[in-house]
Amino acid sequence: MKKAIKHTISLLVSNKPGVLTRVALVFARRGFNIDSLVVSKAQTPAFSRMNIEATGDERTLSLMMAQLNRLVDVIRAVDHAGEDVVQRELALFKIKCTPRTRTEILQMADTFRGQTVDMGDDTVTLQITGKSTKIEAFHTMMKPFEIMELVRTGKVLMSRGRESTA
Amino acid sequence: MIRKMKTAAELMLDVLHQSGVSHVFGIPGGNSIPIYDALTHHPLQLILTRHEQGATHMADGFARTSGKPSVVCVTSGPGATNTLTGILTAMMDSIPMLIITGQSITPNIGLDAFQEADVMGMSFPVVKHSYRVSDPQDISRIIREALHIATTGRPGPVLVDIPKDVSAAMVNVDIECEQDLPGYQAAPEINIGELELAANLINAAHRPVILSGHGVILSDASKALMEVVEKMRIPVTTTLLGKGGFPDTHELCLGLPGMHGTAYANKALCESDLIVSIGARWDDRITGIPEKFCTNARKIHFDIDPVEIGKIIPVDCAVIGDARMALEELIAYLKPGELKSWNNRIRSWKRSFPLKYRKEGKLRAQHIIEELSKLAGPEAVVCTDVGQHQMWAAQFVKTDKGKNWISSGGAGTMGFGLPSAIGAQLARPDATIYAIVGDGSFQMTFCELATATINKLPIKIILMNNRYLGMVRQWQHLFYDNRFTGVDLVGNPDFIKLASAYNIKGFRVKRSSDVRKTLKAAIDWNDGPCLIEAVVEQHDNVFPMVPAGATLEEMIIEPPKRPRVVS
Ligand SMILES: Cc1ncc(C[n+]2csc(CCOP(=O)(O)OP(=O)(O)O)c2C)c(N)n1
Ligand SMILES: [Mg+2]
Repeated sequence: MKKAIKHTISLLVSNKPGVLTRVALVFARRGFNIDSLVVSKAQTPAFSRMNIEATGDERTLSLMMAQLNRLVDVIRAVDHAGEDVVQRELALFKIKCTPRTRTEILQMADTFRGQTVDMGDDTVTLQITGKSTKIEAFHTMMKPFEIMELVRTGKVLMSRGRESTA
Repeated sequence: MIRKMKTAAELMLDVLHQSGVSHVFGIPGGNSIPIYDALTHHPLQLILTRHEQGATHMADGFARTSGKPSVVCVTSGPGATNTLTGILTAMMDSIPMLIITGQSITPNIGLDAFQEADVMGMSFPVVKHSYRVSDPQDISRIIREALHIATTGRPGPVLVDIPKDVSAAMVNVDIECEQDLPGYQAAPEINIGELELAANLINAAHRPVILSGHGVILSDASKALMEVVEKMRIPVTTTLLGKGGFPDTHELCLGLPGMHGTAYANKALCESDLIVSIGARWDDRITGIPEKFCTNARKIHFDIDPVEIGKIIPVDCAVIGDARMALEELIAYLKPGELKSWNNRIRSWKRSFPLKYRKEGKLRAQHIIEELSKLAGPEAVVCTDVGQHQMWAAQFVKTDKGKNWISSGGAGTMGFGLPSAIGAQLARPDATIYAIVGDGSFQMTFCELATATINKLPIKIILMNNRYLGMVRQWQHLFYDNRFTGVDLVGNPDFIKLASAYNIKGFRVKRSSDVRKTLKAAIDWNDGPCLIEAVVEQHDNVFPMVPAGATLEEMIIEPPKRPRVVS
């Protein structure tokens, strides 16, 4: 078996219809699952940035990186696997609570520097930001409670210092 | 100030014409009428085809024989979907082509309007790039960009989808049209370090072989390759698409490698200590199982497309860039070595394992092809269909020039032969164009006989009638215990009558002894197209053969001697 590793890819692409499809097809053709995907405008409106997380073997991924870079609408595609980059993700947790468990939940959220963004009679909604691992750790902490909904944005990243991201 | 206005369609045709395009192939329909209307008095020549697939293969044959792109123009919906096979064919073989598809008017797109199809969505995986024109003012920029992308770097098909309201809209002819392609790099700079490494590997090799591919032809590198070969005395094997990039008649040419390659090309690869691929992409029809492909040889790969490097075969050195430029630089670093004994070895393989077939008894396709090649000479342009006849043509036709051998390699598209020959004849009016077609393949696109006739194109069609989908029959014979399923072409028409229905002269040959005479008569025929039907041995098989999934060492050189089953 080829070793599967997690890859974090950033792309600078033209801000045009169809670009996402072209990028997604490179992954789909090899049967690669996309774990997370973030698309948003870049500084200049002509371009967009994409962050993609995918798991797979090195050889296939390096071929796909070349295929992504070959796309006319892709200005640059970079795989940051193994690199120390700034990375952030945001997650919203909607947790069922009673007046008794609410304090406990809020205390834990506080430890994770979470914010309370909504509260109802028997629910509390928390926002956690940070590395994806932090969000996963908080997720584990919340498992004893009833998690009604969990929504994650997917990872965004930026290279450190003067290094450019993609 | 009076501004000069035209429809976007007219402006588009002007831009195409200024860019050197001469022909448009296609069939009109509701959503492409504004474009056809603009063609009415335009210097661009319209070739009306009988099927959109034919149009794509004609544009393809035109590009392969001239190096120049041409244009396919069809309507939306079924007109557009009919081009997909031809687009795949062009994509797989790196052929520059522009496909212009009409589209429903902008407000109707996505509403299942009459003849609306998401042709952009359907074609994403088989185009180099594609555009939907939403603003008529963009037409001239988009067409220039599309041609630039189609023809530079590794060439390929580019599709432009134009809604009817956009093609009919009036635009200012003087609009600025700066190209805007920040993500496109036509040809990477050649890395001199890698080039030196390549030269060192070549200089040190004792048993090198050059694997010359389509890239040599596409980049006009034949002359540079010849200089390298003459200086170093390295034998050359040419891939199916690379045929002609190095002359078949040269003493160092080994012909085709791989599945139906010559025994000496495959033996040379197996025994080599260095394989230098120039514009060839280690296709599975050559490499079989990549892990087991010529493991004792080091590998160098010259390719303009970085995606190809290491895609199939790990290489010791990769020179990314234009093949001609790379070879022209390389030659200065090369020092001739001592390859006499290697070349002697190869010469003895050539003597011991020549390509052969039976000339007596029933007529063989190989016999006609070899005779045709002798009569037509190495300057002839040969287009083929797909199947056994294609492999025999690759083996027995001698081609001495790039752009004179036209065959669908990557896609293996049956029906390619006749329309590609039509495109070839339009591109090269003075050349004699031969189409070697199979009875199965021919019936997929023979409606284009009308296109050949009305345009008075003197192509010579050699139809190999074995009344079988022969190549599939061969596999069923060799690997499926003779269970012939879906390969018998019972019900074939009388091909001579069929030709005459299109006013095309027909010749029929059934006996080996008549081959020369009939071919001569057909070659002398000078009143439009003609068709030579060769009624050939039905159960012949193409050899040598490397079974799918086997290594080159396991090549079967001659037919196994088992009783033949008559179907
Ligand atoms: C469009 C298409 N359909 C199916 C095939 C599969 N196929 C490959 S060769 C072949 C037989 C071709 O028959 P014919 O043109 O008579 O040539 P022959 O092998 O008999 O010389 C077939 C069906 C193909 N290559 N292309
Ligand atoms: Mg046949």
